Amino acid sequence: MSMNNQGRPSQPGSAQDNELPTISGDRGLDLEARLIFEIGRGGVTGVDLPDVKVAEARLGGLRRKDAIGLPGLSEPEVIRHYVRLSRQNYAIDAGLYPLGSCTMKHNPRLNEKMARLPGFGDLHPLAPRAATQGALTLISELMTWLTTLTGMPAVAMSPKAGAHGELCGLLAIRAAVAARGEKRDRILVPESAHGTNPATAAFAGFTVDEVPAKPDGRVDAAALKAKLGPDVAAIMLTNPNTCGLFEGEVIGIAKAVHAAGAYFYCDGANFNAIAGRVRPGDLGIDAMHINLHKTFSTPHGGGGPGAGPVVLSDRLAAYAPLPLLVSDANGFRLIEDRDELPKGAKPFGRMCAFHGQMGMFVRALSYMLSHGRDGVRQASEDAVLSANYILASLKDVMSAPFGDGPCMHEALFDDTFLEGSGITTLDFAKAMIDEGYHPMTMYFPLVVHGAMLIEPTESESKESLDRFIAVLRGLAEEAKAGKRKRFDGAPRYAPRRRLDETAAARKPVLRWKPDPLPQAAE
Amino acid sequence: MRYLPLTPDDRRAMLARIGAPDIDALFRDVPPEAVVPLSAFDLPETQGELEVDRALSKLAARNIAAGSVPSFCGAGAYKHHVPSAVDHLIQRSEFLTAYTPYQPEIAQGTLQVLFEFQTQVALLTGMESANASLYDGSTATAEAVLMAQRLTRRGKAILSGGLHPHYAETVETVASLSGEVARAAVMPGSAEDIAALIDGDTACVVVQSPDVFGLIRNLRPIAEAAHAKGALLIAVVTEAVSLGLLESPGAQGADIVACEGQSIGNGLNFGGPYVGLFAAREKFLRQMPGRLCGETVDAAGKRGFVLTLSTREQHIRREKATSNVCTNSGLCALAFAIHLSLLGEEGLTRLARLNHARASALADRLARVPGVELMTPAFFNEFTLKLSKPAAPVVDALAVRGVLGGVPASRLMPHEAVAKNLLIVAATETNTDEDFAAFETALAEVLT
Repeated sequence: MSMNNQGRPSQPGSAQDNELPTISGDRGLDLEARLIFEIGRGGVTGVDLPDVKVAEARLGGLRRKDAIGLPGLSEPEVIRHYVRLSRQNYAIDAGLYPLGSCTMKHNPRLNEKMARLPGFGDLHPLAPRAATQGALTLISELMTWLTTLTGMPAVAMSPKAGAHGELCGLLAIRAAVAARGEKRDRILVPESAHGTNPATAAFAGFTVDEVPAKPDGRVDAAALKAKLGPDVAAIMLTNPNTCGLFEGEVIGIAKAVHAAGAYFYCDGANFNAIAGRVRPGDLGIDAMHINLHKTFSTPHGGGGPGAGPVVLSDRLAAYAPLPLLVSDANGFRLIEDRDELPKGAKPFGRMCAFHGQMGMFVRALSYMLSHGRDGVRQASEDAVLSANYILASLKDVMSAPFGDGPCMHEALFDDTFLEGSGITTLDFAKAMIDEGYHPMTMYFPLVVHGAMLIEPTESESKESLDRFIAVLRGLAEEAKAGKRKRFDGAPRYAPRRRLDETAAARKPVLRWKPDPLPQAAE
Repeated sequence: MRYLPLTPDDRRAMLARIGAPDIDALFRDVPPEAVVPLSAFDLPETQGELEVDRALSKLAARNIAAGSVPSFCGAGAYKHHVPSAVDHLIQRSEFLTAYTPYQPEIAQGTLQVLFEFQTQVALLTGMESANASLYDGSTATAEAVLMAQRLTRRGKAILSGGLHPHYAETVETVASLSGEVARAAVMPGSAEDIAALIDGDTACVVVQSPDVFGLIRNLRPIAEAAHAKGALLIAVVTEAVSLGLLESPGAQGADIVACEGQSIGNGLNFGGPYVGLFAAREKFLRQMPGRLCGETVDAAGKRGFVLTLSTREQHIRREKATSNVCTNSGLCALAFAIHLSLLGEEGLTRLARLNHARASALADRLARVPGVELMTPAFFNEFTLKLSKPAAPVVDALAVRGVLGGVPASRLMPHEAVAKNLLIVAATETNTDEDFAAFETALAEVLT
């Protein structure tokens, strides 16, 4: 595209202009926000409340004596503060967000509206049964969708995020092993696994045994089978895996695992590649968490909240944690106590207070009803198609370690194509920021060097993908030609230049504190 | 399908570039026996916004929203007024649809919010350091116990009988793997002698204040007793607004504070998502679970913020991490931060006083009803009544009369005989005098 410069006195945005510091520190629409503690003061508030006096009699002598130290701000100041901050964030609503394994897909606003209906958003978790039938019905419908899509008989709804779901699955496995009177303390985890897998296994009291990957990016099934033994409680396999590849030997692995008396935990982080086409239950999986914020598009919110329901096989269903949802002649009911358990139920315990992430359940069901089974399948296919389109369009200029065959929903590149340029994966990612893109996932998975994991999702148009591909081709070609200008010191056009993470960790400053000395008057 | 931008022509062109004959070719690594047709899924087809809105609205209408009737349910989740600005701001695309701030140069909005949130939480709890949130109060309490086990290299956790039973069960689920969890006797309306249970194997005592019955507990003597035996005091708060009126757990000697932040900025949501506040002494920083945001500078010398001390975390340390937590409660933490910024010192202290005054007035009113005895001598915005009848059917009968009259203690602790006739009642700034009158009248009817 060329720009019509008629009538313009000069070219905009020359390097010199950018280097001219402003008096305010702001630059046009690039507005800074000081800390609330630096702009707030006493004697002002953004919420009008009556000033009631309280008697000491019922406070047990524990009335607060000191001020808390919170700053006071009016409503317009608070709005301006957070609006300014918001503008320093990249977001999926603003542009392509290709974070591999994180699944940044479109967040439909209908889902936000539904979660805010007073009957859901303003419903107390311990309200009487008769007051909550609609909510319990919604949970039951969501359970039906999850068990049907996965081909699994049961689902535990209370885990609050993916890692919490992993914990739930492993605790069910621990309980099942104990119920058989066995002692199995080892969990096999492929080296390509997400960090939460080994962390969760350790958290649940297991020892972690890593299984290597094969040169084709899949887990080494022979090595895995060789490690099976009477002390192995489970394997934790991600499928599709973190290289964006389907583990084609999964059914054979499941058979071997079961023959050894162990359980098969599947990390369902990448279920969005296969939903509506493949049922994990048909693969021999015993437990799998589903990140509702990935596959079913509940918003990531800058780091949560998530929701991590866990589907369970017949071998594990009895051990699902409390509360359990059941129905009888009077409708739905939550079983919160061991004395009321249905026949055969042996819950391992409770994952959290109340019954899970209801706000996320509403959003996820809204997403499912909107898509329907056909839309869910189409979304998976489009996600896989888009990732393969990127892989096919970039593998000649970047290096795709497993690029000979198709990928699933994400395309993995390594840093071989940068060899000799002095440019790293980090430099390449930061240069993408200047081009208006959020970088891909960097340095993960660990099984390839300088990994760049690109997940476009089904939410991008072909035009959007083509632009992205053109930008990445341009960057890769310049990098390979040794043109370092765009990479050295990038990003230039973000709200901040590269941040010093080493200094942050060496002397941590984790909160604002008032200046120790009063400011001297000039 | 309105959310999917690719057209059939696009798909054909893309397959051609890839060199694949059809979409099935891209799934060729899936074993053929595992590929199922669409008809294998007994589920509905795609629907428009209007149809989905109608279906879900119908379900929502079958629930009784707390704001639609006189409502007095608490026990770990509280109905408060959330200023309109909060929900407007958290729905800004840049907050709602961003990921965890892994690329700090284009995530300063989220990061500065977390830095300010950590400061707010530290101030409110009276602690030196706070993290960037955990899932909720119950899981924060469980993480606190595990942290105490690591710090003291001891296994035993002693839980107060006044700890919310769901919290106690959550702690037992994880902490019994790494040690022993002992629960003190349940003594509604009074403080058990928990200090007497602390011994040389004790890693921590966990005390909630106000406790599940609403009773304000004095943490000082418990802190002293714990510290004398080399154990830590974990203070649990389920009603964050109480910190605006009551002495902070930090000032009373707590070592770790786990708090449910739902009350500030977040709706009831039938139990989640909520936001776990987690604060501790600075010397324990390297054993903290969860994300931490720290201040630094960029290459041009400007102040900025990054996630830091990540060598504690799962993505670096894998099986040696302090916790497996990854996604936490970012957007709920943002809602908390905005609401607290709006309140400020004056707003929060007024809100807290108002809550106490409302609950106090309600307690006086209900205590006049024949067959009702107030069990809680010192409380913030929640108290326990002993009724002349079992509380669970009373609550159902009140619901029939259009009043959500609190939480029967037996729902939380069905095995405690003492709980049978106890009703846990909360009142906040949202309850009017008309609500009180309706509750009083209905309760009098039900109890006669």
